[in-house]
Amino acid sequence: MVAQNIFFGLIAGGVGISAIKMVTTRNIVHAALYLVAVLAGLAALYILLTAEFVATTQFLVYIGAVMVLFLFGIMLTRAPMGHRDGLTSKQWPMALMVAVLFGAVIVYAVIEQFGADELSENPTVFRSADVGDSIFSTYVVPFEAVSVLLLAALIGAIVLARKD
Amino acid sequence: MLVTQFLVLGALLFCCGIYGVLARRNAVMILMSIELMLNAVNINLITFGHLHGDVGAQVFALFVIAVAAAEVGVGLAIVLLIYRNRSSINVEDLDLMRG
Repeated sequence: MVAQNIFFGLIAGGVGISAIKMVTTRNIVHAALYLVAVLAGLAALYILLTAEFVATTQFLVYIGAVMVLFLFGIMLTRAPMGHRDGLTSKQWPMALMVAVLFGAVIVYAVIEQFGADELSENPTVFRSADVGDSIFSTYVVPFEAVSVLLLAALIGAIVLARKD
Repeated sequence: MLVTQFLVLGALLFCCGIYGVLARRNAVMILMSIELMLNAVNINLITFGHLHGDVGAQVFALFVIAVAAAEVGVGLAIVLLIYRNRSSINVEDLDLMRG
């Protein structure tokens, strides 16, 4: 358990710092790279929580596909590369206040409710086979709905972005 | 490991996402902050799935990832369309609906 706590501390520290740097950096490409660090750290935490299939999907879909899409978006919209002051709007103190207050409420509620709950040392581990079984039996209707949603999003993105 | 560790990390990520959505001007940065918020939700799902020994949490985390991918596709298409029509993706310039 000690080793797990050490790894959690290392990964969570990296994820937290990267997340804060991501929303404060003045270079948009750096922000995208910090987002990659956050996503990779979260994948490591999923493995720590014995969710191997979700961790793999996180790597494939987020770091592999979504981030490439973001980098293309940054390049195609000719966002100002390099440092510039214009990335944060004038209302940032208000935004910071909203975020801090919201965080305080959530953290208070979480500690109040789950203060000393330990995660089990010998949890039920769900292998990829169990996740697949569950998707194609219990959750088959939501799964089909997600496939239709992905198809609709694909067609919608093409219709929106093509030049007439 | 305590449940609280993971939930507080999720809350921190969600707050970073809120700050990014409210304080950033670039539309692509706002989409990236939304991704941060969706990931904060995912880590909560996985933590509770681990706590209760339920595989449904992992399945729904996968659904969230799929929906996030669809959202990014459509969102970036809209951002590109805005850029093509107005040559700017600064959200403060998009005030056509202002009365």
